[in-house]
Amino acid sequence: MNKRPYYSKKVIKHFTNPKNFGEIKNPDGIGRVGNPACGDVLTLYIKVDKSAGKEIIKNIKFQTLGCAAAIATSDIICDLVKGKTLERALKIKHKDIVAGLDYLPPIKIHCSLLAEQGLKAAIKDYETRKSKKQESSCGNVGRCGFKCGGCFTKTTGL
Amino acid sequence: MAKICRSRNGGNYEKAKQILGMKMNRAKKRIYLDYAATTPVDPQVNKAILPYFEEKFGNTMSLHSFGQEAKQALEESRGVIADLIGAKPNEIIFTSSATESNNLALKGIALGNKKIGNHIIISQIEHPCIIESAKWLEGQGFRITRLSVDRYGLVNPKDVKKAIRKNTILVSIIHASNEIGTIQPIAEIGRICKEKRVCVHTDAVQSFGKIPIDVQKMNIDLLSASAHKMYGPKGVACLFIREGTRIEPILHGGGQEFGLRSSTVNIPAIVGFAKAVKICKREMEKENIKQAKLRDKLIKGVLGKIIGSRLNGHPKKRLPNNANFWFEFVEGESIVIQLDLLGVAASTGSACSSIKLEPSHVLLAIGIKPEQAHGSLRLTLGRWTTEKEIDYLLKVLPKVIKRLRKIAGSYE
Repeated sequence: MNKRPYYSKKVIKHFTNPKNFGEIKNPDGIGRVGNPACGDVLTLYIKVDKSAGKEIIKNIKFQTLGCAAAIATSDIICDLVKGKTLERALKIKHKDIVAGLDYLPPIKIHCSLLAEQGLKAAIKDYETRKSKKQESSCGNVGRCGFKCGGCFTKTTGL
Repeated sequence: MAKICRSRNGGNYEKAKQILGMKMNRAKKRIYLDYAATTPVDPQVNKAILPYFEEKFGNTMSLHSFGQEAKQALEESRGVIADLIGAKPNEIIFTSSATESNNLALKGIALGNKKIGNHIIISQIEHPCIIESAKWLEGQGFRITRLSVDRYGLVNPKDVKKAIRKNTILVSIIHASNEIGTIQPIAEIGRICKEKRVCVHTDAVQSFGKIPIDVQKMNIDLLSASAHKMYGPKGVACLFIREGTRIEPILHGGGQEFGLRSSTVNIPAIVGFAKAVKICKREMEKENIKQAKLRDKLIKGVLGKIIGSRLNGHPKKRLPNNANFWFEFVEGESIVIQLDLLGVAASTGSACSSIKLEPSHVLLAIGIKPEQAHGSLRLTLGRWTTEKEIDYLLKVLPKVIKRLRKIAGSYE
């Protein structure tokens, strides 16, 4: 018998009092996933610090338009990857997110997938910017309002 | 009402209020604003039901005094319900749910009239039990026309007239929308169908006992209603079937309910249904005025206090207890969860709250885009809604919306 409430206490905690929401000015990478038509839109901003030859996620913030589970998964993924190397961050799977929240209703598992995809997209964006920066930087400000770190606007369509 | 205002057990309530920066001195109460989902049983109804469990428990088919006692209660109840809508007692049959009533109406009429025709007309904003029954009939070879609605959710009677063909056997239009509360011009549709000699069914689950219905004046041939939406118990509903209507049963057996719905009759629930109808009939006018006043205050308050908000449904032709809003850049499920943490029960048409993960078909039918349908919130008032409760909602809802928009990074 399933006697658990619909959302776990941890989901409610991360939903009502998310610590990591907001925007990072001049981020090193942005991951925007989801679709307004599907209901959930998640944007993750990361700031990466290079020290001792390692790339570490120094700061991460999210903005999420979505259900309670979408907000909670966005918040907890920030907790999970903050201070971790990119390599380790990429190993975090949606199952770890669900485990961090104790459980999610089966129908909300896709929210944890969305958070995982958001993180991957942010890191990919960081890598793209990095390689483009090495090639050339035009210095223009893109439509997204961010200064071009290479011509990433063309590749991400932002 | 003490029953629905008892204190919350969880500790989240205080936390939620703290985060929204609200004072903590208010008594912990739960406010129910989801009367369209279901209603609490009226204490008078509960009292009327109780003797039918232990004392008057007979089977209506039995010839002895126990059975006859139950039989008498059944027929009296039938009379009470018939009286509310201007029907004859033998035109009312009891079922287990409005879903069953609607299934019987559609499938029963289809099967009973298949030699005459195979075309059925419904609207796009029906309850899923009508939509799915029609879909099933379509698979059995029947033809279904699904009429579109305008931006308020109204079916145009002219469209009904145009859609009727020689082989049309049934028009089924919901009386009042369960989501947006829009009341259809059912009398007009009834008049057209009478001229064309086509059977009319209406799903009146939300309007029955809330607004006046007269099946004679409105030319309705079949009508579904349910007890648990009007302070009666769950598990009982009825179907009005005009005398002389060709209809086939879908449950076969002992021949109860004039052979149209075999099953041992659920007397306690039926007695409760009848008692609930009696109270609704007596209180209807008074309750309508009271609830419409509170609803208008609620609508005015929400639209005035929250930017990027809109009312769904018709501004005037709507149920006295229904308010349905759309908020820009917020997702409805998160509003419902946040309101619940603050002690307010509400509902949404967002995909995130549905088991199919699809936005409400009603909101899509009135021309709202999928991304907008996610931001919908339905608040439905009832017998025990107070002005204080509306004031509380008007205090917390703007804060909830503001907070969620902040998390979404919009509207700053």
